[in-house]
Amino acid sequence: MADSFEPKIVAFLCNWCAYTGADLAGTSRIQYPPNVRIIRLMCSGSVDSTYVLKPLLDGADGVLIGGCHPGDCHYQSGNYKARRRVVALKEILKSAGYDEDRVWLRWISASEGQLFAQTVTEMTNAIKEKGPNPMRQKWAV
Amino acid sequence: MESKPRIGVYICHCGVNISATVDVEQVAEFAATLPNVVVSRDYLYMCSDPGQGLIQEDIETYDLNRVVVASCSPRMHEPTFQGAAQQAGMNPYLVEMANIREQCSWVHSDRERATEKAKWLVASVVAKAAELSPLEEREVDVTPGSVVVGGGVAGMAAALDVADAGFPVYLVEKSERLGGRLAELNRTFPTLEPVADLIGPLIERVQTHPAITLFLNAQVTNVEGYVGNFKVKVTGQEGERQVEVGSIIIATGYDLFDPQRKPELGYEYPNVITSLEMEQRLFDGDLAVNGREPQRVTFIQCVGSRDVQVGNPYCSRVCCMYTAKQASLVKDILPNADVTVLYMDVRTFGKGAEEFYDEARAKGVRYRKGNVSEIYRRGERVVLSGEDTLLGQPFDWETDLVVLAVGMESRADISELSTMLKLPRSADGFFLELHPKLRPVDTAVNGVFLAGCCQGPKDIPDTVAQAKAAASSALIPLLKGTVPVESATAVVDADLCAGCGMCVDVCPYGAPALDLLWGVSKINAVLCKGCGACATACPSKAINLQHFTPEQILAQVDALVG
Repeated sequence: MADSFEPKIVAFLCNWCAYTGADLAGTSRIQYPPNVRIIRLMCSGSVDSTYVLKPLLDGADGVLIGGCHPGDCHYQSGNYKARRRVVALKEILKSAGYDEDRVWLRWISASEGQLFAQTVTEMTNAIKEKGPNPMRQKWAV
Repeated sequence: MESKPRIGVYICHCGVNISATVDVEQVAEFAATLPNVVVSRDYLYMCSDPGQGLIQEDIETYDLNRVVVASCSPRMHEPTFQGAAQQAGMNPYLVEMANIREQCSWVHSDRERATEKAKWLVASVVAKAAELSPLEEREVDVTPGSVVVGGGVAGMAAALDVADAGFPVYLVEKSERLGGRLAELNRTFPTLEPVADLIGPLIERVQTHPAITLFLNAQVTNVEGYVGNFKVKVTGQEGERQVEVGSIIIATGYDLFDPQRKPELGYEYPNVITSLEMEQRLFDGDLAVNGREPQRVTFIQCVGSRDVQVGNPYCSRVCCMYTAKQASLVKDILPNADVTVLYMDVRTFGKGAEEFYDEARAKGVRYRKGNVSEIYRRGERVVLSGEDTLLGQPFDWETDLVVLAVGMESRADISELSTMLKLPRSADGFFLELHPKLRPVDTAVNGVFLAGCCQGPKDIPDTVAQAKAAASSALIPLLKGTVPVESATAVVDADLCAGCGMCVDVCPYGAPALDLLWGVSKINAVLCKGCGACATACPSKAINLQHFTPEQILAQVDALVG
């Protein structure tokens, strides 16, 4: 099971830093596992709690939120808002008996293609270790 | 939208860039089965004229009201496809892109899994497309004029072009004079033209140009606004002044590598000088060490460049040529002296450069491939201890004068501007251009452009070329007179709004305001930048960020996870 398990990870990336960093990983042809599916948002500060909870309840094995490094937010402070929201969200997940480490928030700049690829690789491996999301209702790859 | 979505899906091969890893035909067949998809095709180059034509014909033939293009990053070609759809009479905001190149085919090698991922990405974007609404395109007037930061050769060249086009330029220079690093040099390579001849007239023109306002001993201390309408605060000895412009050119230059960071090279000895100090000596015609003419002059290349240990893995691009120039000039002054260059590799790109290098060697300048590990003192002279990397043999080379060919680094104060303007930097520390090939002077910030060595090491011709390119780009909004403003702004549903004012608190731009009469929030669309912070913070979910609504995002999630 563990070997054949390919986690499904949904990533919300901000347009200015993390999404651009992911593009740079591509331009630089840096390889990483195809387990992450990216949804582009303008700012990590616009990641609503439902955007994180919905995929987890529907069976995604992990959610990655990528934003600009502290101080670099294109909209001045969106990433700080994301950080506070994710901290609160993780508390709620924990109190509900859910593994909060399936939600990752990472700062990835537009020039950090390597870091993006590395983050995806690390997260894919970490989620493989954990195994499938116990809340998974459906199975589809 | 009232009418039922009719979606056209277009899967691009991008030559073989996508099709080598992703089975595009299979993705197109899959897309045809998705809800609301009326037509699905694959094509060699969607961005080509025939590719765009295909979309436009289909809009007509199939009465499409949504278009999904699966190809490169939307950061690359979204405007292209939006424009094509618009020409065919469709609102550009009804076009959505699936990034199956940068974020799929280029980063995976397993064809089966890459194809699978491409299908999910397309399904997710098709799901979002069904939820899209048309948006109104709006424009605002541009404040004519540019701020140029930095008064070196890049800043001056850029300032003159913008000013010559008839627009006011505010040139802000940190030091007390114009000319930057160039003014500290003696002669240029490969023509050996005196720098004074080059820079004198340039400075003169800048100083006397009626359209250029010069701020010396001054710094940009705050920047607000967006492309078309920036408010730039300039702080100098005469106090603060705010100027309003439509575009900004950054030409802040570079720092030289400090050789004290490589103590083994003995920079504290009087016999060891930097290449910049050599420029002054050549200018003065004085090469004496300890009061005597040197018999041996040795140049060491790549000091602080191509050196992972000091954190500079990159090549500084100019040191090979300025070393050839200095060595050649030394040979002219002291024909009997032994002039040796210790190098890793000699890189002589550029017009006339290789020829100049050949001439220097023909003149008697010796090139020896070798690394110096230590420089120590022996009497009046110094000894270079190192390895000849061609022969694989150690050497001890006694010499009178050592010139360290120091490389370029990003300025120590670069983070001030980088933070102020939200300008990303590349791994080498210099400012990051928007695209390494196609947008070399643009930045992630619309309306802000790069010129010269602040973007990376360059020689004078490349610096001036980039400065003139930056000036041309900076002139586009000024000449056009209007710039489009964000259409994907946040809107308040007054029926749901409780008037709590949370949106007012979280917005960094002051776009939402409470209407005291009605007790609800209202968002000023001109001020809104579309970040979505207010929509997410709103406890009543009364605010929607258009083009990124919860319905659209959750439809994407459903398609990805369901």
